[in-house]
Amino acid sequence: MLVLIGVLLVIVGFAIRLNPLIVVTVAGIVTALLGGMNPAQILDSFGTGFASSRSVTIFVAVLPVVGIIEFFGLQEQAKTLIGRLAKLTAGRVLIGYLAVRQITAAVGLTSIGGHAQTVRPLVFPMAEGAALRRYGHVPEKISEKIKGHAAGADNVGVFFGEDVFVAVGSILLITTFVDTTYHLHLEPLQLALWAIPTAIAAFLIHGFRLLRLDKQLDKEYREFELTAQKETAGEAK
Amino acid sequence: MISVEAVYWLVGLLFVAWASLIAADTNHPRRWGSSAFWGLLGLCFFYSTWVQAGTAPAWILGVAVLVLVVLASTGLLGHGKHRTSTGPEREAYAKRFGNKLFIPALTLPLVTVILVLAAPVLVIGGTPLLDPKNTTLVALAIGAVAAVVVALLILKPKNPATPIFESRRILESIGWAALLPQMLTTLGILFTKAGVGTAVGTLASGLLPKGSLIAGVLVYCIGMFLFTVLMGNGFAAFPIMTAAIGWPVLVQTFHGDPAIIFAIGMLAGFCGTLCTPMAANFNLVPSALLEMKNKYGVITAQVGTAIPLLAVNIALMYFLAFH
Repeated sequence: MLVLIGVLLVIVGFAIRLNPLIVVTVAGIVTALLGGMNPAQILDSFGTGFASSRSVTIFVAVLPVVGIIEFFGLQEQAKTLIGRLAKLTAGRVLIGYLAVRQITAAVGLTSIGGHAQTVRPLVFPMAEGAALRRYGHVPEKISEKIKGHAAGADNVGVFFGEDVFVAVGSILLITTFVDTTYHLHLEPLQLALWAIPTAIAAFLIHGFRLLRLDKQLDKEYREFELTAQKETAGEAK
Repeated sequence: MISVEAVYWLVGLLFVAWASLIAADTNHPRRWGSSAFWGLLGLCFFYSTWVQAGTAPAWILGVAVLVLVVLASTGLLGHGKHRTSTGPEREAYAKRFGNKLFIPALTLPLVTVILVLAAPVLVIGGTPLLDPKNTTLVALAIGAVAAVVVALLILKPKNPATPIFESRRILESIGWAALLPQMLTTLGILFTKAGVGTAVGTLASGLLPKGSLIAGVLVYCIGMFLFTVLMGNGFAAFPIMTAAIGWPVLVQTFHGDPAIIFAIGMLAGFCGTLCTPMAANFNLVPSALLEMKNKYGVITAQVGTAIPLLAVNIALMYFLAFH
């Protein structure tokens, strides 16, 4: 039970907003010591942990292409393009992306999208472009909200799409663990099939929230304009 | 065969290139700390190849990783001012190139998908061209390189190193968050080795009233959710909650359908992933990548979906898995 102190350290560390790298490292070392590991084993674990998890940092390989097309005005072009499509709002752009992301993930194409690959260079500028067309100007508060939802649409799409595909990590983890531990013979396809109801629910819930996002943004923009007007009125006095 | 290690070396080379640019930047406020951080990170990517193969001691890498953490968290890492194109310049470029700017962005997914789909037939002399265990990763890296080549051909920048200069700008705005996902994976390994999972499993089974199906479903799904929030991923939560509740209670006692219980249980865990800063690569790296003021802004946008979806998962499991 003592090892749970490590979990507590993580919660407290994140809550008081220490640098997450320090929180994670200290919690790891403390937990390992409480669990009876010696310093040499702990250093070994940090080494093997790093070596075996390099795949999560592969997103940096995408940065050079994103960098150059941003230099040449990709975000500006995305905004102009969306500006021409009169009916697109930020929420509708994101619903479209959610659907594409979920469907492609469900057929196993999880790596065609992602925060570095699609959200920063394409999805966010398009959603912001739609807001720009609607309001003529995008205050920072609204831009922040669109950024959060652009990343959110990607996460919801991929999490609740990929499990419908049979050869995905989480499905294989379930079958490997369950088959070896409990001597069952679960077919990946059965598991994928039962992920479909949740996938549909995820699209409906998140899609509904994205439709409401437009109304929230409208409201925030009105408030922004009101305060801006008050400020100018104040200056006039 | 192009192995996944080649991809990691490409990533390592990029880090070393960015580190050299920073070291050469005399106006950089944290010139030496920053170039040391990114350079050492790059070297770790190379050295890991031998650690992974078991031919080099892992503790040296462990020491290097701790040095990275110290560099990043003591304020020695910072970002410099970059000369990039200005707003009006970008507008002018956008007018000149128009929708051609999307071609490199679309080359990346297109090449990746084609390679993944073609991988089974890309065999030269009996060996597959792409590492069969990591086809998507290798395909993604090739796609990224192809996209840069296409971008250089279409945009013809004065300096062919523009992609490297410009990506340094993005990398430095991400900062230490780039290392966090790997550190969290390591934390998960240490937690498992130290027996955190077993301790939580004991606690969870103590909470459960005997003989109640709905209580079992609730504890399994909410436990998957909470434990995923704590650990940052559903994969770590699954074996623990399944050993504690899923198998002994839901399958053995209540004779539920294991495929339905486990599939939906994992998805209940994914609802937790939407709510936790521990899932750094999904929730914190994007807020750094999008240069958000509030680094928890992505989580804020997702909580409203995660909670109702958890309720849907509980209901689905309760009504579908037990006949």
